[in-house]
Amino acid sequence: MSKLVSVLTSNWEKSDSFTISGYQRDGGYKALEKALKMKPDEVIQLVKDSGLRGRGGAGFPTGNKWGFIPQGDNKEHYLVVNADESEPGTCKDTPLLMANPHVLIEGIIIASYAIRANHAFIYIRGEIVHVVRRVQQAIEDAYKTKLLGKNILGSGFDLELTLHAGAGAYICGEETALLDSLEGFRGQPRLRPPFPAIAGLYAKPTVVNNVESIASVPAIIDNGVAWFTSMGTEKSKGFTLYSLSGHVKNPGQIEAPLGITLRELLEIAGGIRAGHKLKFWTPGGSSTPIFTDQHLDIPLDYEGVAAAGSMLGTKALQIFDETTCIVRAVLRWTEFYKHESCGKCTPCREGTWWLVQALADLEAGRGSEADLDKLLDLCDNIAGRSFCALADGAAAPIISSLKYFRAEYLQHLQNGGCPFDPVAATLFQGSLT
Amino acid sequence: MSSANFTSEQITKMDQIIARYPRSRSAVMPLLHYVQSIFGYVTDEGIEFIGKKLDLATAEVNAVASFYTQYKRKPVGEYHIGICTNTLCAVMGGDAIYSALKDQIGSEHDGVSADGKVSLEHIECNAACDYAPVMMVNWEFYDNQTVESAKEFVEKARTGNPPAPTRGPKKLRTWKENSEVLAGFSDGLANEGISAGKASLLGLSKMKNSGNN
Ligand SMILES: Cc1cc2nc3c(=O)[nH]c(=O)nc-3n(C[C@H](O)[C@H](O)[C@H](O)COP(=O)(O)O)c2cc1C
Ligand code: SF4
Repeated sequence: MSKLVSVLTSNWEKSDSFTISGYQRDGGYKALEKALKMKPDEVIQLVKDSGLRGRGGAGFPTGNKWGFIPQGDNKEHYLVVNADESEPGTCKDTPLLMANPHVLIEGIIIASYAIRANHAFIYIRGEIVHVVRRVQQAIEDAYKTKLLGKNILGSGFDLELTLHAGAGAYICGEETALLDSLEGFRGQPRLRPPFPAIAGLYAKPTVVNNVESIASVPAIIDNGVAWFTSMGTEKSKGFTLYSLSGHVKNPGQIEAPLGITLRELLEIAGGIRAGHKLKFWTPGGSSTPIFTDQHLDIPLDYEGVAAAGSMLGTKALQIFDETTCIVRAVLRWTEFYKHESCGKCTPCREGTWWLVQALADLEAGRGSEADLDKLLDLCDNIAGRSFCALADGAAAPIISSLKYFRAEYLQHLQNGGCPFDPVAATLFQGSLT
Repeated sequence: MSSANFTSEQITKMDQIIARYPRSRSAVMPLLHYVQSIFGYVTDEGIEFIGKKLDLATAEVNAVASFYTQYKRKPVGEYHIGICTNTLCAVMGGDAIYSALKDQIGSEHDGVSADGKVSLEHIECNAACDYAPVMMVNWEFYDNQTVESAKEFVEKARTGNPPAPTRGPKKLRTWKENSEVLAGFSDGLANEGISAGKASLLGLSKMKNSGNN
């Protein structure tokens, strides 16, 4: 397994990995000392040179984002960490925060120093109390050891860090909806421009970054640009967390250089569950167009996945074998988007409702072949015509599944209903029958 | 509505929440979590009081509360169960688990058992797909569920002995207690429980086993 790395995951096996003493024993907060001796602009330049790209889905270069914050403007600046992790399939930030919250806090202090923010926020989803506890405790311990608050490590730099629990709304992961939510409003996306770098939280210059992006920064400061860029591919540098779930023998988190393939990841996960074969998978969560067994050797980096017609997204690889009905899978995702649509714009609010109706009919075997084209037509009127990327995500599973599995949709019509046995797809299929 | 319905200790805690933010309006979400920790759900008096504290109209607080699914406008059980029925968990067994519990508890979506002990809802992806099928109770992880394990949970919870979360504190806390943590008040239990479950360690343990470090 020469491909694997352990940076973010290195201490997860230790029973005290989440404590400040455990983290410091293993070298934690050393990168912070180093960063505070650099000039803030040098930190930004280093992160730019590393090529680190955002791990929250869009892959925007992190150092460039930091560089957009206007300096010398006499305004407060803010760093807001996106820990909302709600994209279906995505399950990397949660184990990271549970096992190693201090690596995020160290990254936050470094990033805030670089962009000259004196108040940072972590917007964490509210549906996992134990992760909230771990981060709460980590912040408390960082304050007690003077890693947060006034004059951090004698540098003259001050930072307050506030943890803010969400309350169950996928759309609050979208960065501008997140800012509205954090300001105490309903979480609905804002018109851009202005971008958060100019007018973000409280209309002040703000950087919003994903947990994994910020947590990757201490190791880059510690080990340098050459170390980071020695991993990954030409435009997708470094390492990342890939999350395998579904019909694989051993699901879980795999930290690897960008560009590893599903074939290689499946080998680590022990393959598809015994006696079954791969049918379809998402490369980066449910909002990224699905792939099939034709795509086992696509390099899982930003360019490789895009060239094959999807997106690396959050590297959430949800794996389904041949027992899974594509129409059922897509209908369920569509119901999710309908439920989570914030209602701000019509194509998404009304369109996702129509999509659910159309798919539910098809699943039940009602309708005709022309309805498949109607479905695509609906998608065409929703994706790219709505206010935010949630709507594009809603169309992705439908369009891509019709591309690869049109025949299976038709089978539902010919069959007068779903030809699959849902019990066969469950993990405990034996014990149910 | 006067402050008479809230103790001075509760009002102090609300003031602490407000003090965390550069602008007071940002406190509305943690205040709603805090109201849930007192009453078990977001009551009308809670909404009115938050409005007063933050100088907002009741309708504005209401608009926020109704946007987010975690804020309940009627009581839930002491143990509130969420079964993930988003695609992956549903396919792996979440649908079967949800329908079995619905029969067992005799309630519909957001319904509560007759004894008030347990309530059930289906939830969206809870960021634990590598532990599917996932059940959450009072927003704690119960990983890798089966129909049997979930039903057993309900039986034990009804007698006041719920099994412990798989990745969480040693003992399951109540809905109200956990709501207070979400409002930002530590319960001192962060150090309980494991660092990482087996699935979280997949890549790391493979790497260590092959002696490549
Ligand atoms: C509907 C929707 C949901 C999103 N959810 C998340 C999320 O849960 N976590 C996250 O980091 N980014 C999420 N994003 C992406 C954010 O808008 C933003 O791009 C990201 O937080 C930027 O951080 P990064 O540059 O470090 O990746 C979401 C975007 C959309 C459109
Ligand atoms: S696309 Fe959907 S989620 Fe996004 S702003 Fe419009 S209604 Fe809201």
